[in-house]
Amino acid sequence: MSAFFSKSHITADSGYSRWMVPPSALAVHLCIGQAYAFSVFNDPLTRIIGISESAPEDWKLTTLGWIFSLAIVFLGLSAAFGGKWLEKVGPRLTMFVAACCFGSGFWLSALGVSLHQIWLVYLGYGVLGGIGLGLGYVSPVSTLIKWFPDRRGMATGMAIMGFGGGAMIGAPLAVGLMDYFKSATSVGVVETFMVMGTVYFISMLIGALTIRIPPANWQPAGWVAPAVSNKMITKAHVHIDQALKTPQFYLLWLVLCLNVTAGIGVLGQASVMIQEMFKGSVTPAAAAGFVGLLSLFNMGGRFLWSSFSDYLGRKNTYYIFFAVGAMLYSLVPSMGMAGNKTLFVLLYALIMSMYGGGFSTIPAYLADIFGTRYVGGIHGRLLTAWATAGVLGPVLVNYLREYQLAQGVAKADAYNVTMYIMAVILLLGLVCNWLIKPVHEKHHLKHDDFDELDGIYPKGAKA
Amino acid sequence: MSKKPTSSIALIAFWLYVALPLIWGVSATIKKALALFI
Repeated sequence: MSAFFSKSHITADSGYSRWMVPPSALAVHLCIGQAYAFSVFNDPLTRIIGISESAPEDWKLTTLGWIFSLAIVFLGLSAAFGGKWLEKVGPRLTMFVAACCFGSGFWLSALGVSLHQIWLVYLGYGVLGGIGLGLGYVSPVSTLIKWFPDRRGMATGMAIMGFGGGAMIGAPLAVGLMDYFKSATSVGVVETFMVMGTVYFISMLIGALTIRIPPANWQPAGWVAPAVSNKMITKAHVHIDQALKTPQFYLLWLVLCLNVTAGIGVLGQASVMIQEMFKGSVTPAAAAGFVGLLSLFNMGGRFLWSSFSDYLGRKNTYYIFFAVGAMLYSLVPSMGMAGNKTLFVLLYALIMSMYGGGFSTIPAYLADIFGTRYVGGIHGRLLTAWATAGVLGPVLVNYLREYQLAQGVAKADAYNVTMYIMAVILLLGLVCNWLIKPVHEKHHLKHDDFDELDGIYPKGAKA
Repeated sequence: MSKKPTSSIALIAFWLYVALPLIWGVSATIKKALALFI
């Protein structure tokens, strides 16, 4: 059984097309991306007992909010701790465990809803589901980078785009299933959780069964590494634990954290913001459409920006995110004041594309700086920046808004200062990005270290 | 593991397997987004 999951068992032979690997990664990421659409369950979950409307014994929204928060916390924790394990056991076992956790998270939550025990839902979707999210997120990244040394950005962009697209599948799927299963005595959440858990488990399992890793020192046919070496792309490798001892890791952590803080902060308030800035001309339905449009740009940006980064260079791509992003954030208030809805939407969409691009370009940036060998594990640890930003961004935006309203600022104008502060956050990110230099060679691994840490001893060496 | 080259049919089928749900989801989102411009 363990051999079935081993790296040697899933090492591709000659003739295997590397283009089979992105769909394996997408089969996982399109499932776990459902997490962003969890809010579609909020309203039905507040009516489990009352059915048509909330009964006094029904769960409150504040109680339900913890489900998603727990899932994100466990995403960060499992990615941070599971990344090193991933490098040891390979992507198949990691994806398999992710599938088991994510699927069983849904099933346990179904039991929790059925028994009306919130702690079971917390344990199910929050803890188990969160672990599935974290392991599933990092599992295909290093494999893709190794298969696509010539297009690292595009390869990781494809997978991480899937995470953005997962919500677009998860939301209508959940709504459709709940409509199908609802009755006079049920809101249909239990059955929907059971079906979605099963569908996601099978799909992630397909990803786990089809993933392949390239043989050692494999290169695409006809491709040779560029003769003129780029100082920002190392050919050496840095171990996961050693990476944490370099300033580059913390600068990259800040780069991701600041980019996500700014993006997540304004994403959460997009719907309210457009309605308040264009009072009377934007209905709640149109605002929901606006959020949908932003999701599309978020997803598209994940693929396009990381693909562009293969040509622009990772550092330059982040310069664009921070410099152009800061400019766009500063322009949003004036577009709102001028009443120019089209430009407002366009600016916001561009901002969201760069927010998504920040997620998808970071694994390739890590591979450039720390080498490809342990990039999955290093990426896992860097994702704690995401979890931090997930708390920091909304708190910062909400606090700033409340403070301004308390100072007597009009509702429609309360966002302006927030946007300028987000622009400053991006400028801080620009400085962090500027400070990133190649890793000192004292951190690089020696050849023997590779084999030992990987559990494979070279011929003639002691076993 | 087979040394035979990956068949084009397997490649296309696998891509369709992930692309079709994504296209469905994206089209549902676009329909919702149209409300902004109507």
